[in-house]
Amino acid sequence: MGAGRKQQRMIPTVNVAALRQARWYQFVLRFVLGGIVTVCTGLVAQHWGPVIGGLFLSLPAIFPASATLLEQHQNEKKRRAGMHSPRRGRDAAALDAAGAVLGGFGLVAFACVAWRALPVLFAVGALALAGLAWLVVAVSLWWLRRHW
Amino acid sequence: MELLWRFLLGGAIVGAFALIGDVVRPKRCAGLFGGAPSVALATLAVTVVHDGPTYASVEARSMIFSSVGFILYVYVVCRILASGRGSAAWVSMVALAIWGVVAFVAGWVLGGSSSA
Repeated sequence: MGAGRKQQRMIPTVNVAALRQARWYQFVLRFVLGGIVTVCTGLVAQHWGPVIGGLFLSLPAIFPASATLLEQHQNEKKRRAGMHSPRRGRDAAALDAAGAVLGGFGLVAFACVAWRALPVLFAVGALALAGLAWLVVAVSLWWLRRHW
Repeated sequence: MELLWRFLLGGAIVGAFALIGDVVRPKRCAGLFGGAPSVALATLAVTVVHDGPTYASVEARSMIFSSVGFILYVYVVCRILASGRGSAAWVSMVALAIWGVVAFVAGWVLGGSSSA
């Protein structure tokens, strides 16, 4: 029974109902922030060249907003349930950051593959391969961490 | 026009990864999408079209080093928040300095090696 539950927790699931709890401005904020960061990255590359511009490809500009929204959302949920501790929100944001660490290793894999593949493959194929490298590394590390 | 494309593509990809992060459970797995290459995908796609694949490849090489800064940044944020000190907004903003230092050093080293 316990092993069965553990096995169940190992498999990632999709909870579409979570979208109903989100506010519309959270989506707008992420869209606008993502757009602004991408534009700024392009402008930096135009002014200082691709070596400096490339550094901004992994700028964690969206992360502070996401972590803050997550903390607020969790605290609000607890407040509605009659609990007033900020601890729950911080824990949720910490858990999110722990996942992002694993995603960060995937970013390194993404960049390595894109660096080597872009000059020799079609751009779409090279970026798809790099994206796949990110997914494989990030999910494998997550699985390894859960397993051991 | 190029900037508009960058804005729309960047916003759409960042929004899409954030949306996936919202619906995936468990939470640590959802957190993976906080480290998704959303800005990189949008930027490299537009850069390949406008400046060619070699230019985009140089950007990707720089990204390897700043990604190490990203890992350090989120690790520190995770440790501080888990210890219960500071709000997510404050900690995640102040700790950006860690990424900044790594990116600055990487830029200095890579910039020097490119011009040599």
